[in-house]
Amino acid sequence: MSTLEIRDLHVAVEDKEILRGVNLTVKAGQTHAIMGPNGSGKSTLAYAIAGHPKYTITGGQVLLDGEDLLEMSVDERARAGLFLAMQYPVEVPGVSVSNFLRSAVTAVRGEAPKLREFAKDLKAGMEALAIDPSFAQRNLNEGFSGGEKKRHEILQLELLKPKIAVLDETDSGLDVDALRVVSEGINRFRAKGDTGVLLITHYTRILRYVKPDFVHVFAGGRIVEEGGPELAEKLEAEGYAAYVKEVA
Amino acid sequence: MGLDTKPLSTLHDKSSYDLEDFEVPTGREENWRFTPLSRLKGLHKGTAGPVGDTGGHVVVHVDAAPEVTVETVGRDDPRLGKSFAPTDRVSAQAWTSFEKATVITVPREAVASKPTVVTLTGSGDGAAYGHLLVKVEPMAEAVLVLEHLGSAVYADNVEFVVGDGATLKVVSLQDWADDAVHVSQHHARLGRDATFRSFVVTLGGDLVRLSPSVSYTGPGADAELLGVYFADAGQHLEHRLLVDHTHPRCRSNVDYRGALQGQDAHAVWIGDVIIRVEAEGTDTYELNRNLILTDGARADSVPNLEILTGEVAGAGHASASGRLDDEHLFYLQARGIPYEEARRLVVRGFLGQLIERIEVPELRERVFAEVEAELSK
Repeated sequence: MSTLEIRDLHVAVEDKEILRGVNLTVKAGQTHAIMGPNGSGKSTLAYAIAGHPKYTITGGQVLLDGEDLLEMSVDERARAGLFLAMQYPVEVPGVSVSNFLRSAVTAVRGEAPKLREFAKDLKAGMEALAIDPSFAQRNLNEGFSGGEKKRHEILQLELLKPKIAVLDETDSGLDVDALRVVSEGINRFRAKGDTGVLLITHYTRILRYVKPDFVHVFAGGRIVEEGGPELAEKLEAEGYAAYVKEVA
Repeated sequence: MGLDTKPLSTLHDKSSYDLEDFEVPTGREENWRFTPLSRLKGLHKGTAGPVGDTGGHVVVHVDAAPEVTVETVGRDDPRLGKSFAPTDRVSAQAWTSFEKATVITVPREAVASKPTVVTLTGSGDGAAYGHLLVKVEPMAEAVLVLEHLGSAVYADNVEFVVGDGATLKVVSLQDWADDAVHVSQHHARLGRDATFRSFVVTLGGDLVRLSPSVSYTGPGADAELLGVYFADAGQHLEHRLLVDHTHPRCRSNVDYRGALQGQDAHAVWIGDVIIRVEAEGTDTYELNRNLILTDGARADSVPNLEILTGEVAGAGHASASGRLDDEHLFYLQARGIPYEEARRLVVRGFLGQLIERIEVPELRERVFAEVEAELSK
């Protein structure tokens, strides 16, 4: 069973401290929701764990099954079993979706998938997420709508089968239909049982489709309150005002 | 055939068949300022090594489509040099010095059933000069491949004369050995409603300076000039384009992309487009992008657009040189793809968007393979 442990994590961007001591443990089989107002540092947490060069770790540890993720390069972290679904997936000109996915699957599994098997998995994965087959030949994220980009992120999640998935505002910008399709994808991934999910969101809407086991409220660069699903309902009713004031 | 001093345009100010009309460049001239003259092996000042048996030679071999005729002719063949006059000293030197020319003719309304491949292989010390005329008669269609291999100090002029309603697609591959020096003028003269597609791939050679130019003799013609280059440590790869719109409703599209890596890798791209008073309804766009992969590499990119009429359908240019995008690499690496492979994917993608447009499938695969090989260095 996999475990992601975040211990007293401090992160700065250009000398400005954004995360101020985050502690969180995500175990396989669990879904944790991190909720918080804009600018609270939620996305910083996601990108810092994944190793984006813009973020400087100034203190603390991030361990995946006891291995220090912070000592690893971005690609090593992914191969160790971490996945980050991005809020704004970038467009990469000239790199086709199928070429990209095959390269990623090969890298993560440590060997090239059998071509027929891969084609079958890809087709099934795309169908389940209502992604048009023509996407495989298109350039990575180029000209994709917001919803298409997010569905494509979840397709990668399902193909790469990580131990721990960090989903950064995967729900933002989705209409109800797309949200349902994307949530079903996340739920298929969760149903495998041996994976953990850290779901970062601004809104409670997605939590009606993807039920969390734990809810953490993020404000001012740290977790300020923790609870079960009922905490999300409280946030739905009362908003973040109380927490923003508290930090200020 | 004396000096034409009529100022054609600020971008195209002089042309002549006479070598003496061109001063030996010093490197301060606008059209020579980027070129390291000391590495031209004397091509620019008449001191390049001996020609022929004791000197350098470039062997021309043509594997022609059956519909196409191929001739080797002397300097006095009246068909030569009709489509253009040299506009710089080395081009004039090549015109003055070549001994045999190759003439390839695609007869009227003929459709060539396979690409005609011209292989130019250099060997020996000393210099060599060449001339190639490709004549595509009205309504004919052909694909031509120019392949430059081996080691040479070579200056040449290539004329593409594309008749009314005819189509010529050219792929010119500069795949020279590391020590080669090549200075070349490619001039296309397009008839009414003609279609010209040029794809330039420059990978090998110590110094390559290739100047593709286009002129029009009637309305409605369409020129597309695409190019990719990959400059390694110490290589100087220079492409100087000139499209001179003199007739109404013609189109030109220029898109050159390069990658550079290693100490003193140097790429130069000059994109000149002139739209004359009489060229109403012209539609033109030129673009150059460079991807600088390491420190110590340098790209110079200068687009010039001179518009002399108020009636254009479209005219624009863009130039961008930069490093690999960290966000691209992060995204690929975040999916487990190691840095080196991520870098290869991005560069291959960047150049590949053009390479995919090479008309000859075998050549497309070969260029992809060569770009991969450059990236693995």
